[in-house]
Amino acid sequence: MESSRFYFFVFAIAILASPALSDLLLSKVDRRIYLTSHIVRISSTLKVENAGPEMVSEVLLAFPEQQAKNMAYLMATPHEGKGKVKNPVVALPVEVANPKDMPPALTFFSVSLPKGLAEGGSFTFDVLAVFTHALRPIPEQITQADIQLVLYQDSAYYLSPYAVKAQSLTVKLPDSRIESYTKLENTKIHGSEIKYGPYENLPAFSYSPIAVHFESNQPFAVAQELVREIEISHWGNVQITEHYKLIHGGAQSKGEFSRLDFQARPNVRGASAFRYLVANLPPRAHSVYYRDEIGNISTSHLRGDSKKTELLIEPRYPMFGGWRTAFTIGYGLPLQDFLYESEGKRFLNITYSSPMVELVIDTLIVKVVLPEGSSDISVAAPFHVEQWQETKISHLDIDGRPVIVLKKTNVVPEHNQYFQVYYRFNKLSMLREPLMLISGFFFFFVACIVYMRADISISKSSASYLAKHQWEEVQAVIQQVQNIISRCLAIHDKLEASLRDLYRTGDIQACKAARKAADSVLKELSRELKPLLTTLQSSPSAAQILPKVEELVAKERELQEKVMVKHSTVVDGYEKKSGARDIENRVALQQQKLTALRQEVDDLLEFIDEI
Amino acid sequence: MAAVANMPVSDLLKSFKLKTKQQELLIRVSILCLVYILAFITRLFSVLRYESMIHEFDPYFNYRTTLYLTQNGFYDFWNWFDYESWYPLGRIVGGTLYPGLMVTAALIYRILHFLRFAVHIREVCVLTAPFFASNTTLVAYFFGKEIWDTGAGLVAAILIAVCPGYISRSVAGSYDNEGVAIFALLFTFYLFVKAVNTGSLAWSLASAFGYFYMVSAWGGYVFIINLIPLYVLVLLITGRYSMRLYVAYNCMYVLGMLLAMQIRFVGFQHVQSGEHMAAMGVFFLMQVFYFLDWVKHMLSDTKLFQAFLRITVTCAVTVGTIALGLGMLSGYISPWTGRFYSLLDPTYAKDHIPIIASVSEHQPTAWSSFMFDFHILLFLFPAGLYFCFKRLSDATIFIVMYGLTSMYFAGVMVRLILVATPAVCLISAIAVSATVKNLTVLLRSKNKGVQTGSTKGSGSSKASSKALLDQSQPFQKNGAIALLFGAFYLLSKYATHCTWVTSEAYSSPSIVLAARGAHGSRVIFDDYREAYFWLRQNTPPDAKVMSWWDYGYQITAMGNRTVIVDNNTWNNTHIATVGRAMSSYEDEAIEIMRSLDVDYVLVVFGGVTGYSSDDINKFLWMVRIGGGVFPVIKEPDYLVNGEYRVDKGAAPKMLNCLMYKLCYYRFGEMLTEYGKPPGYDRARGVEIGNKDIKLEHLEEAFTTSNWIVRIYKVKPPNNRW
Repeated sequence: MESSRFYFFVFAIAILASPALSDLLLSKVDRRIYLTSHIVRISSTLKVENAGPEMVSEVLLAFPEQQAKNMAYLMATPHEGKGKVKNPVVALPVEVANPKDMPPALTFFSVSLPKGLAEGGSFTFDVLAVFTHALRPIPEQITQADIQLVLYQDSAYYLSPYAVKAQSLTVKLPDSRIESYTKLENTKIHGSEIKYGPYENLPAFSYSPIAVHFESNQPFAVAQELVREIEISHWGNVQITEHYKLIHGGAQSKGEFSRLDFQARPNVRGASAFRYLVANLPPRAHSVYYRDEIGNISTSHLRGDSKKTELLIEPRYPMFGGWRTAFTIGYGLPLQDFLYESEGKRFLNITYSSPMVELVIDTLIVKVVLPEGSSDISVAAPFHVEQWQETKISHLDIDGRPVIVLKKTNVVPEHNQYFQVYYRFNKLSMLREPLMLISGFFFFFVACIVYMRADISISKSSASYLAKHQWEEVQAVIQQVQNIISRCLAIHDKLEASLRDLYRTGDIQACKAARKAADSVLKELSRELKPLLTTLQSSPSAAQILPKVEELVAKERELQEKVMVKHSTVVDGYEKKSGARDIENRVALQQQKLTALRQEVDDLLEFIDEI
Repeated sequence: MAAVANMPVSDLLKSFKLKTKQQELLIRVSILCLVYILAFITRLFSVLRYESMIHEFDPYFNYRTTLYLTQNGFYDFWNWFDYESWYPLGRIVGGTLYPGLMVTAALIYRILHFLRFAVHIREVCVLTAPFFASNTTLVAYFFGKEIWDTGAGLVAAILIAVCPGYISRSVAGSYDNEGVAIFALLFTFYLFVKAVNTGSLAWSLASAFGYFYMVSAWGGYVFIINLIPLYVLVLLITGRYSMRLYVAYNCMYVLGMLLAMQIRFVGFQHVQSGEHMAAMGVFFLMQVFYFLDWVKHMLSDTKLFQAFLRITVTCAVTVGTIALGLGMLSGYISPWTGRFYSLLDPTYAKDHIPIIASVSEHQPTAWSSFMFDFHILLFLFPAGLYFCFKRLSDATIFIVMYGLTSMYFAGVMVRLILVATPAVCLISAIAVSATVKNLTVLLRSKNKGVQTGSTKGSGSSKASSKALLDQSQPFQKNGAIALLFGAFYLLSKYATHCTWVTSEAYSSPSIVLAARGAHGSRVIFDDYREAYFWLRQNTPPDAKVMSWWDYGYQITAMGNRTVIVDNNTWNNTHIATVGRAMSSYEDEAIEIMRSLDVDYVLVVFGGVTGYSSDDINKFLWMVRIGGGVFPVIKEPDYLVNGEYRVDKGAAPKMLNCLMYKLCYYRFGEMLTEYGKPPGYDRARGVEIGNKDIKLEHLEEAFTTSNWIVRIYKVKPPNNRW
């Protein structure tokens, strides 16, 4: 009971230090303490009255240091009567205050009122304070079968630097199983609610410690560290990756863990453990994954509708008190839902904290990774965060992407508010990476081409190099020979065609002209062929192919002669007006030889081609 | 195959005005590209079915060391003393592993990061084996080209790309030494054969470096350093000694040996260990041969030479024997190791080294697994040998020797099928390519004859030869077509078989188990990772975990906790101590565990799910290995009439030993199957014999959701008062 003694001490100080503060007094205080989860929320409605002559525009709120240490969130809003349509509430500015002549064991916050209170004026507002790690498990170690009991301590009276006229306190518990609670005058218990008060006309700094010891099997999920990485891609995606280091922050488990008991009656033998967590992701979240250092975790479920996407994840094992786990979830979001433009600047508008339900985060680090080439970066956050910049090198980055890091400790779901990152980004920079890829491939192919074409042998006089060189020359020459031969063959075909025309039209002159043209071209070709053959003969590496080439040339010449003979025979026949049958008879034998020769030439050509 | 594929495509290509040669090149390159891609993607079944993860046991150690290498750099890796394994001995990691695989993966990782591809090292590790398998297909192509022709090369590339014998060790995620080693092995062989064929120093230098890479990657390099001398010896005996061989072998051996000494794990074994002596002997023999050649050249008198030859050979053999004998006696040359013996004599391990015999992949191979891994290659292999013998050359002799020796080793040990696979693929490729080529030549020549006959008529000489052909043609033509179809049928069967085997048998990571549920849905048992992650998160960082050695690597890699023994079975006594603890009564076991500082004990138990490779089924090996060092443990104590049982009829020692107690603790209250009594063990199909198990010194710390892994905590000793 260390802390309750501490509270008495505070109380004693408080009595001694008589208030010399402005003449405010609280005419009505309603406090509701919600202990339904492991995050303690105290919601109070305060009505302040100015009893003094001076104008007052600030109200002080006092919290014992013990509580202030665990305070994660404090917000004051003007009170709205019941039944009213909820207007968008404007929070009142709250600041840490250090008023003089105040007991040092208290932490003060000052709430600025929207307008000053004149004498006799009054104002009602709500204060929501959220605390983490305010529930202490007692006993601190439990076995698998035990239920988890936690202790909460506070004051039955509202601790305030002002006198309080009337006040009441309600403590809401998760269920009606209560181990013990402090009984004062006017204490009532009502199901899962304990009511203290009303108490009237208490002086400033009144304090009366209470302790509630009750059963709570809510998941005590505490993320000791959460790193959220928000990566913007202007190709249409916001990729969010969240690395959790989770611990069950309730009573430590001791003794055996029996899977048999846990499987048979999970709600009795394992009541204090939690088996799953729920995350409410934004709508249209896609490509969700859930994994840890050693691989994918297959126990998760995803449900989605147009309002939200609900992800239910099960850690690899049930989480008992003090057990840890670490995992990563990641998902993609459509860019147009979160990125906007204003005054030439782009800004990202996204929630700050984790999407997990009722999760306490001891240290939250949010990293916003902007696209490479972003500049002029500024951040607008709704609450104070530590801030610095880093760079991250990802796929195809040259100088890295700018990363804005926002760090905050002691984060509760109330912090899940929108924040904005403003930056400038040139659309053309988007093309940088594809262009890099394209140019990379381009240079690769160019290098290949250069390698294939360039002669990179070191010794230009070595035998193998020379042989290779000569062989290439021989190949080129043979290629030319082949060309010439095939042109010859084409001319033969032309002559044959002219003969066919002769059969049809009987135009001897045209046929003769064709013959003349063919003759000259063939002569030209044979002149071209001669130097090629001599080069082949002189080259040693052509030795094995030379006979074939020579044979080819010889056969071709023979064929040429035969074609000519046939042509003249036919033309002569026509000139002498011999009968068609007669000519045919004369030509028939020649024709047979011709076909055979042609066949041989074709075969030779093909053979040479295959070398 | 390529030649046939040529036929219909060539018309299309002609329209692009390409020469036959260019067409051929284009088709060849595109086939190779497709094979390269095929070899990669056929190994991705496991990634698609499960996830991008490391498989099995050894790959986890490789992954852990690679992670260390990328995080701490090469020098830290080289000097790494690992406190997390073999507690309390530790392990000098840098000096007891083959670093090739890790360095390769780290290098790929660095290159990718240099090119600004921010990939995770795990992805690199997972895809290293498929990547190297793809490279192997290229090497197979060049090798086939070197020993036969381009057609055989292409077929070899295709066959090896999908051969199950190779896929079994190179699917995505199986990040093991063999993944890169088979590439290195084949590459070294290819370079060596190329060196022998050309006699060029450059190629033999390249093969020395290939050998260096192989030495750095896998202990199987011993196969190379024995096969190549054997091959050289055979060439010498068959009178195929040449200057090319002299250059190739000497350069490769001397440089390869010097390079191999740079690997700390291998060290001076090349000059000190019995397994490497054959290479050295052949090296000296080569010098003698060269010397004799020279003398023969100088001496014109054959008689004189004969006498000289006799004297020199006798001297050389005597000196060699004396040197070897002295080396052996003085202990400078170590005798053959047990592993080497167990290759030569398959029964050796069973009698002398139970730790080798206990591994299922060290068992002799069954015929069915040959059929499973090779399929049609099994009977194409002899056909290929026939073709090789028909066209004997230095290169074909090499592939024949490689094929025959590796086939023998594959018969001795299941896992050496892997070494035989490239040889079998190459030789089969020769068979396929030669057959198909012969058949298509037959078909093509005839087609042309028919064509010429119909369009242009034929010359007299042609006609006569054609008439001759015509007589045998109808039968020949049909036969050729039928045989071609037969070959294609077989090859397509091979392709479907390979795909089926890959997807069904070889793509399971064995960390995650999948089964079919009652409604046909897929049920995933992720118990191993559940337990390892629990260890990682919820035990003190310096906790020591005792388990059978199979799980050591996984516990250190995934659980990040210290283990007593692991898969690097270098200290038999330490393993036997764990085996002894597991097979003793609890109060005896606790003494052993306290002496080893054990905090947690991990056992694998399949009684709930029917998972049969659990610790109870491995238990007899623990007894044997434990009993091999500590005679207190006697195998018959755990058997009833030579039978191993866990039910009521089991031996009393069995029912009360630590392993039994840890596996079946509180299992007697559990209903596993409808209509069966509680405590019904589904893996063995019996009701257990001891349902009332009390633990005195241990307590259950964690059991996974399907009970596959059970972790117990060693309680601190009781106060004495």
